[in-house]
Amino acid sequence: MRRLLFEGLFRKPLTEPRPNTDDKEIRELVARMTKSARRRLGHSLSIREVDAGSCNGCELEIHALSNAFYDLERFGLRFVASPRHADVLLVTGPVTKNMHEALERTYAAMPSPKWVVAAGDCAFNGGVFAGSYAVGRGVAAVVPVDLYIEGCPPTPVSLLKGLLTLMEAQAHHTTP
Amino acid sequence: MFITNDVEADDWDRMTLRLAGGESVLSGLWGETDAVRIAVLDAAVSGITVLRLPCPGGHFPSVARHHPVAIRLERAIRDLFGLIPDGTPDARPWLDHGKWEVRHPLSKTSGTELSPAPYMFLPSEGESLHQIPVGPVHAGIIEPGHFRFTANGETVVRLEERLGYVHRGIEGLLAGAGLARGAQVAGRVSGDSTVAYALAFSRAAESACGARVPPRAHYLRALLAELERIANHFGDIGAICNDASFPLIQAHCAVLREEVLRATNSCFGHRLARDCIVPGGLARDLEDGGAAILRRLTATLGSKFARIVEVYDNTASLQDRTGGAGIVKPELARRFGAGGYIGRASGRSFDARRALPFPPYDALAFEVPVLDAGDVNARVWIRIREIEQSLLLLEHVLDTLPSGPVRADVTPGAGEAAVLVEGFRGDILVYLRLDENGCIERCHFRDPSWFQWPLLEAAIEGNIVADFPLCNKSFNCSYSGHDL
Repeated sequence: MRRLLFEGLFRKPLTEPRPNTDDKEIRELVARMTKSARRRLGHSLSIREVDAGSCNGCELEIHALSNAFYDLERFGLRFVASPRHADVLLVTGPVTKNMHEALERTYAAMPSPKWVVAAGDCAFNGGVFAGSYAVGRGVAAVVPVDLYIEGCPPTPVSLLKGLLTLMEAQAHHTTP
Repeated sequence: MFITNDVEADDWDRMTLRLAGGESVLSGLWGETDAVRIAVLDAAVSGITVLRLPCPGGHFPSVARHHPVAIRLERAIRDLFGLIPDGTPDARPWLDHGKWEVRHPLSKTSGTELSPAPYMFLPSEGESLHQIPVGPVHAGIIEPGHFRFTANGETVVRLEERLGYVHRGIEGLLAGAGLARGAQVAGRVSGDSTVAYALAFSRAAESACGARVPPRAHYLRALLAELERIANHFGDIGAICNDASFPLIQAHCAVLREEVLRATNSCFGHRLARDCIVPGGLARDLEDGGAAILRRLTATLGSKFARIVEVYDNTASLQDRTGGAGIVKPELARRFGAGGYIGRASGRSFDARRALPFPPYDALAFEVPVLDAGDVNARVWIRIREIEQSLLLLEHVLDTLPSGPVRADVTPGAGEAAVLVEGFRGDILVYLRLDENGCIERCHFRDPSWFQWPLLEAAIEGNIVADFPLCNKSFNCSYSGHDL
């Protein structure tokens, strides 16, 4: 173990440069936030993730954001365990009817100001699951969505771009 | 390899007793509009036997009455098809949470949902017991499900799972669909097993239509399946160690997992190889230079992983957490027919690649590691050994990769098939029946988790509440694959 730790001190980091956020992969960004809210948040976001019926592919890639290559936390983005601590609700899946209430209640438990990011093609409109008796028509039918991130599943780079775009929009408006 | 027969209630009961007596292993139990089907694995017959019992009156003799392994399967049949298992020990709903607005959605006479009775968890009685409800939204980034713990101080007296939150109605969506749509949806049953599900569906479709797959496609499919297995095992080993408060191994395993996904992306155009396997073969061939990328990958993974294993093996404080935690007794693993690393860490050596070999595994040499301890540590070691075997398999496949086309035409037509494919988590059963136009009449997916989730309830008993994440991670059952 000592060798492994020792090498870590001298090896070049695996972490890659920040991705360019000016990208058409980010489908939509609606600035819904008020000026005062932007000022209060500063340059960091706490994210609460909710799987509302995904196949777990999105979760795998969201997990990957924390590995050494993407290192999400260097940007001030971090995942939190409780909606009470969150600024952003990151939702995956088409929202199954069995998860509808849990998603609403998680959103309601978050303090304002708050934003919702819907990740993955089925979060947009139900994707391949649209039309089933057991799912609704995407995340926006349940909670107000500020940003969609495309992909099935979205790659870690697109997820990172989306979250950085959200943060930049907020930082931009904060500068006097 | 696969037989299907219409049977009478007597034969059905005899089969049930064989399951209860341990002579056969239950591999699946699912409904149709007017019948139930059971899939069993028999030690004497090398293949899956499927029996069909017509249910004109909407009732069938409960299998769970003699063989409790079938309880949740029968509850799901009742929720979806309205068929009543006579004599069942548990008549509560399972997938239906009373939110669908429709009752028995897959039956001929689906009706409007009645306002459901409150769900009753099984009681635990005794002094100073308390309950801890967890989920469906969990603290980490995982799938939704509810766990109801009854604890005495720190010790878990009973765990009861409640699943179904991820039910998307996949089997209903596939009714009447074509093969292309079938393969697409199959790859989204459980995202971490997208290759295994697409492979299982495609093999069932090919078998039902009598299509032959080019040899190169067989080998590339195995390549994808082993890459998926390795990537998931890396993720799991890291996550287990992290839940034992040892994030160093997780940090290193996450890097190795990322390297596998990037190589898969370079070779097949998608990090998880989603939508690559289709009926008839593969949607795309290996990219130019892909073989060289994969050779470099296997070489570096082998040496890097060996050092991580050394750290795991030599860290007493870590083994103190994983050793002896969450024990699954071999007798229970056998009775439930638990597949994958859960079965193989508890003495059940079943591996569909070996037991019902399909090409190219019938021509490849590999070992199936088996241990008896049944604890978290054993499940880690099975994964370690499987990664080593998969790396050898990858090299073997690359050495013997045939040239030629990767896709053959499939002429859709009437037929049926049941196939078993070994995913990283265990054996996946797919039953497929096509009508004369080649459209899906009935498609059923049975995830290995159906026979693993109940064992988690048994494994956690007597452990402390704080060890649940560790035990749960060592199982890593699929919620989406189970809920469909």
